[in-house]
Amino acid sequence: MIILEKRPEPSRLLSISTPVFAVIVTMIAGGLLFAALGKNPVEAIRTIFWDPLFGEYAFYYRPQLLVKGAPLVLIAIGLSLGFRAGIWNIGAEGQYIMGAICGAAAGLAFYPSESILIFPLMVIAGALGGWAWAMIPALLKVRFGTNEILVSLMLVYVAEQLLASMSLGLLKNPQGFGFPGSRNIAEWNAANSWIAQDYGMHWGVVAALIAVIMAYVLLNRHILGFNIRLTGEARRAARFAGVNPTRLILFCLGTSGMLAGLAGLFEVSGPSGQVSIDFNVGYGFTAIIVAFLGRLHPVGILLAGLLMALTYIGGDIAESQMGLPSSAIQVFQGMLLFFLLALDLLTNFRVKFASKGTA
Amino acid sequence: MTATLLSIRGLTKAYPGVVANDSVSFDIQQGEVHALLGENGAGKSTLVKMIYGLVKPDSGTMTWRGAEFAPPEPRAARASGVAMVFQHFSLFDALNVAENVALGMENPPPMRDLAAQIRSVSENYGLPLDPDRIVGDLSAGERQRVEIIRCLLQDPKLLIMDEPTSVLTPQEVEILFRTLNKLKSEGTAILYISHKLEEIRTLCDHATILRLGKNVGTCIPSETTAREMAELMVGDTLHTPTRTATEDGAPVLRINDLSLSSANPFGTRLKNISFTVHAGEILGIGGVAGNGQDELLAALSGEATSDTNTITVNDAPVGHLGPNERRALGILAAPEERLGHAAAPDMSLTENALLTGALRQKLTKNGFVNWNATRAFAERIIKAFDVRTPGPDTAARALSGGNLQKFVIGREVLQNPKVLVVNQPTWGVDAAAAASIRQALLDLAATGAAIVVISQDLDELMEIADHFGALNEGRMSEIHPALGLTIDEIGLMMGGADETEGAAA
Repeated sequence: MIILEKRPEPSRLLSISTPVFAVIVTMIAGGLLFAALGKNPVEAIRTIFWDPLFGEYAFYYRPQLLVKGAPLVLIAIGLSLGFRAGIWNIGAEGQYIMGAICGAAAGLAFYPSESILIFPLMVIAGALGGWAWAMIPALLKVRFGTNEILVSLMLVYVAEQLLASMSLGLLKNPQGFGFPGSRNIAEWNAANSWIAQDYGMHWGVVAALIAVIMAYVLLNRHILGFNIRLTGEARRAARFAGVNPTRLILFCLGTSGMLAGLAGLFEVSGPSGQVSIDFNVGYGFTAIIVAFLGRLHPVGILLAGLLMALTYIGGDIAESQMGLPSSAIQVFQGMLLFFLLALDLLTNFRVKFASKGTA
Repeated sequence: MTATLLSIRGLTKAYPGVVANDSVSFDIQQGEVHALLGENGAGKSTLVKMIYGLVKPDSGTMTWRGAEFAPPEPRAARASGVAMVFQHFSLFDALNVAENVALGMENPPPMRDLAAQIRSVSENYGLPLDPDRIVGDLSAGERQRVEIIRCLLQDPKLLIMDEPTSVLTPQEVEILFRTLNKLKSEGTAILYISHKLEEIRTLCDHATILRLGKNVGTCIPSETTAREMAELMVGDTLHTPTRTATEDGAPVLRINDLSLSSANPFGTRLKNISFTVHAGEILGIGGVAGNGQDELLAALSGEATSDTNTITVNDAPVGHLGPNERRALGILAAPEERLGHAAAPDMSLTENALLTGALRQKLTKNGFVNWNATRAFAERIIKAFDVRTPGPDTAARALSGGNLQKFVIGREVLQNPKVLVVNQPTWGVDAAAAASIRQALLDLAATGAAIVVISQDLDELMEIADHFGALNEGRMSEIHPALGLTIDEIGLMMGGADETEGAAA
């Protein structure tokens, strides 16, 4: 019989190494899945993990890693602050959309100005848009005690409707021959977020790195970060330590909304280029996986974001080259979170094999 | 008739890094009350867990009425006739008494029969309890009765009781003792675990004393003084705190007609509480658990805020202030629940030092934590209060209860409070640690701090308090000088007449 015994202290070694184990186990289980679908498992895994980095066309895929990784990391950093404190913002996707809409709208209002103030203005508007969208569940929670998980999640669908309405109405490109979608912001010098498009560098990458560093400093050096961790670990102790739960909820939801909004703004003014109906591709939801895969630790999230971006890109390649169904790729990505959470147990528990009866 | 019921020979159980029981041997006779004495960590819990089948011994044997006895699980032990009342109750607040009893039985009878059985057992053994009442509404003493009755319904031959009186009023203790004596006269053996030496002297026939996992002696409690037993337990002479003579200091903490509802739906509402604590005074607040102790601590620590003028410190109103604003004024507190309230279990001692020390120890600058200073503060606490731990990086939950309590109390005492409020400062703490905690409180009072000690340990309150009051259903009794109070007077302050008996009649 297998018994789980609680460790007196969480194992540091395992807490660092379980994500690696999770990736390996996912590769094995994913391989079995691909084999069951009649594909060569070794080739599939190699296509997903190796080809984007070192394959023949890696020069094309490597910049994609930054493009896809940056919004994931930026959003996940924000989410991780709340998750650490037990505040669950599930609606980053909606905040991401609102950031894009607000940022793009603020910029497009001055089209075709080439003022250097345009882009900073859009950044501020994008951050505010995401922040404001996240403040809805935050205020409802502190005022009426609503569940932030449900409210933030439902607001994603509201934001999606708004996105469609904006693409077809207010923000529609007047010179777009009636096609839905805004003007192409990426082609507008004063407003695009690219630094070096050939390398996948845009301001979102910079913002993600800054967010990682700031979050690290906040959690490890600042009393506010300490209070966030304390609230997550022992709510009563946090109350005793003088943490104001209301302020903490507003801060965590507000910050995560702001970062998601920024991610949306950088995306709309760079890689995506325009506000369109299908602008959002699920970064806000995937970032939840990234946050947990990275153990809610800033550096872990950075690595997890890159890994997740890799499976996205590799998954696309596997889809087009090997004909793997996209649902199989999604299952594969889901497995990663599943195994991570399952192996997570080992950090706090020791597995013992014992003969029956001693329990 | 004194046939041997359970005989234990050379029982040994080792955990990684510690030998919990080192060849312990003793016998329990039929129909005797046998005391198991020892400090925290002496190995009492491990020993009874082996008897109850929760833990398997590494070596040694047990014989039950001459036959080999090695219960692989509690069910087997119960089938042989071993029953156990745990220190921490395993009851569901939202269910009624009969439902809770049924949940703990192998084959519960239909609910109506069970209710009748509960009534008859409770009458037989003088444990008043209504099977239809919701457990959430019961006092700690009544909850314990639920556990006891659950055991008695199994008709046990050996009843193990783990510190049963820690939550009872003196009157409830008397009722319990009557019940235990009745069980004893019917031939049931009782293994009685307690810290409270006077109780053991009045109740128990034999005592086995454990120290660091070893059986260090047996005695007949009625013929041994409490002090001798305590010395056997601790291994060296007890350091008894000395009451510091206090002169009348200036009033520091004033509570004026404080009424406050509890944040917890099963909590107790505080009703019209007023009292004053002077500089250098220790006010002891007794009362049975669940009568507003947690709520009073929260109201004083600032976790629950009240009207501005209901609490004043040195004439400054503080009722509306939160915990940190009060800390700035020198009002510190140490809650009862060590893990999860006074300390964060998974955080290191350094981080836990920051938890309440950030402000007064100036451990942050512009919001940034000075970890070196915090670590130094944690080390200072560890040193000054003899906290046994590998170091300040150890997680709080890895410490034993006594050591963590020393840390929690030390953390507040070293911040030079003007007012210190502690709830159950020595609950579950071994005698040596308890003595040093009490001494620290006395020393603090000698420096002119006003101290409020909320405790269910009356001996403790009598030892250190100048003045005594009791909480009953959220109301505060009159405050009396502690000197000269009799145990009967205290009992009346704690609950008036024996209400529980009246309620069930």
